[in-house]
Amino acid sequence: MSAHTESHDEHFAGSNKLFISIWIWLLVLTGIEVFFGYIHLPVIYMLVILMGASIIKAALIVAYFMHLRFERLPLVLTIVPAVVVCICLLLVFFPDSFRSRDLRTAPPPTAPPTGQPSH
Amino acid sequence: MATEAEALTNDWGGGVHPYRVGHRKLGMWLFIMSDSLTFSALLIAYAYVRASNVWPTPFKFYPSIVFSSVMTLVLLSSSLTMVFAVSASAKRQLAAARKWIIATAVLGATFIVLHAIEWKHLIDEGLTPFALPHEWAEKWPGATPLFGATFFGITGMHMFHVFTGCIYLLVVAARVKKASHEDVEISGLYWHFVDLVWMFVFPMIYLLSIGI
Repeated sequence: MSAHTESHDEHFAGSNKLFISIWIWLLVLTGIEVFFGYIHLPVIYMLVILMGASIIKAALIVAYFMHLRFERLPLVLTIVPAVVVCICLLLVFFPDSFRSRDLRTAPPPTAPPTGQPSH
Repeated sequence: MATEAEALTNDWGGGVHPYRVGHRKLGMWLFIMSDSLTFSALLIAYAYVRASNVWPTPFKFYPSIVFSSVMTLVLLSSSLTMVFAVSASAKRQLAAARKWIIATAVLGATFIVLHAIEWKHLIDEGLTPFALPHEWAEKWPGATPLFGATFFGITGMHMFHVFTGCIYLLVVAARVKKASHEDVEISGLYWHFVDLVWMFVFPMIYLLSIGI
């Protein structure tokens, strides 16, 4: 409870050993991703596995390499939730994407709609 | 009423330095926020056209997957050398910091060269931004020609970031004696961000398009 907490400007938390172990984890996760690329799973499982591994990798990079884990909480709370919410909001477009897919794959109508004069 | 020192030990206290970072570092974080939305928009647009169309899955183990995996290894390693640079700079070991920053830029340049070779393989096959090679068009009837647009657009945008990052790092390496520790750390933030983006581009563009 003293003012010395503010005098850490030049301090760089985390040892080289820690950063090497993070690097190894990132390589292992990349290896797992490539491995799953060659297992023929349905695309939805592939997406969940690959995006899950990528989000873990991104979190490791942001937390340790970009040092966010060692910054003050207010900085983390300013940066992270806003970006995550904005990215999630971009997903609202997907129903339209699936609609165009269904239009393409739907069988053509066999008879003209009733009540319409046929040419 | 809490004193400033007490406020700084309490994350909810805020105090007069709520973030405890300089204005330049905060600026880089804000830039990274906006740039991450740029890349997210590109990747979501890619996913949008991919989900609504017949999409080719043309990537062979060699060259595409081998090259892109090695490029991932190179970029991850460059992030590690950048961490060593920042760590050396924090201890004011400026010669070591300069050496690690230059190593990072060299790895970045290696990434660009590998990526250019990988692009050339696809261009030689006949892929252009708005047309598929004839062979692909026959193999995947009705496939959208936007494959090339999304591939070159997203990987090109990323390569541009790596390229500017290399120049940025070389400038920081040249000025490392004049620059403050925070300047080195800020260049590291940018470089790690470029690495982070590749962690999404690699699985979405390459691994989900492996030819069976």
